[in-house]
Amino acid sequence: MELEAAKLIGAALALLPIAGVGIGLGMIFSSYNEAVGRNPSSAEILEKKFLLTFALTEALAIFALVIAFMIMFS
Amino acid sequence: MAGPIDQFVIVPLVEDISIAGYDLSFTNSSLWMVIAAVTSIGFLTYAMKHKSLVPGRFQMFSEMIYQFVAGMIRENIGNKGREYFPLVFTIFMFVLMGNMLGMLPYSFTYTSHIIVTATLAAFLFALIFIVGIARHGAHFFSLFVPPGVPPIMMILIVPLEVISFIVRPITLSVRLFANMMAGHIVLKVFAGFSVALASLNLGGAQYIASLVPAFFNVALFALEFLVAFLQAYVFTLLTCIYLKDTVEIHH
Repeated sequence: MELEAAKLIGAALALLPIAGVGIGLGMIFSSYNEAVGRNPSSAEILEKKFLLTFALTEALAIFALVIAFMIMFS
Repeated sequence: MAGPIDQFVIVPLVEDISIAGYDLSFTNSSLWMVIAAVTSIGFLTYAMKHKSLVPGRFQMFSEMIYQFVAGMIRENIGNKGREYFPLVFTIFMFVLMGNMLGMLPYSFTYTSHIIVTATLAAFLFALIFIVGIARHGAHFFSLFVPPGVPPIMMILIVPLEVISFIVRPITLSVRLFANMMAGHIVLKVFAGFSVALASLNLGGAQYIASLVPAFFNVALFALEFLVAFLQAYVFTLLTCIYLKDTVEIHH
């Protein structure tokens, strides 16, 4: 296999974790919306925790993206 | 045409400054750090120059930032955390200004370099370790021994806690750097799509087609502003959570 082709396949494989991150983000959004729907006055308390967990989960997708870029451009 | 990762190149502006064999040239990264520091100090000084009971726009904004950081410390460290306010506020302003100034066209995002974020995180962890040892002595190491765990499980739990403590500065720095770097690469890649579409020959339709990635880029810019603020917030919040270990340790 040529090096260029192997690089592209490797970069694509490195993006697989984004599937899991998508599931995780969906769970975060759905549970936040459900909690706020059940108890609208809790929105202020939950918003900060929601933002923190959102950023922590999204960071994993970004890690995968960085690995893919490192494979592609190095 | 410049590639998507050419925006991270560090260019020395004042060359050949070396102290004790280390290259200390004044680079574009240092220039933007100076700009960030001068902007934030100048803004806060100007905003609080005429202290009035009914705040104006600038005073309102600076009070908002103050209360945001103060509230974060009060909720996560407690009242004893007030002594860390200057440190946490400085870190928040430095990271926030770095992320936000990086969104300007032709500017340089110093938080997208791992050396900057890793230095911040390493400094924080040296501080936590030194202050923790100085304040609690050997009792500081009970951080690695969670309460209510049966003794036989300690063989497994203690090494895990030690590893999670050591990994903290790495994840703290990589999260900020990777988010900023990936975000800026994505922006430049989408801008490149627009150029590539416009250079096709579709009989005039290519100019309309090239607008599609440009509109996407506008939405991505909005997302990047959110990420820029959110990452500064997360960096500061995790700093607060880690600083809590120096204030009180469970028994």
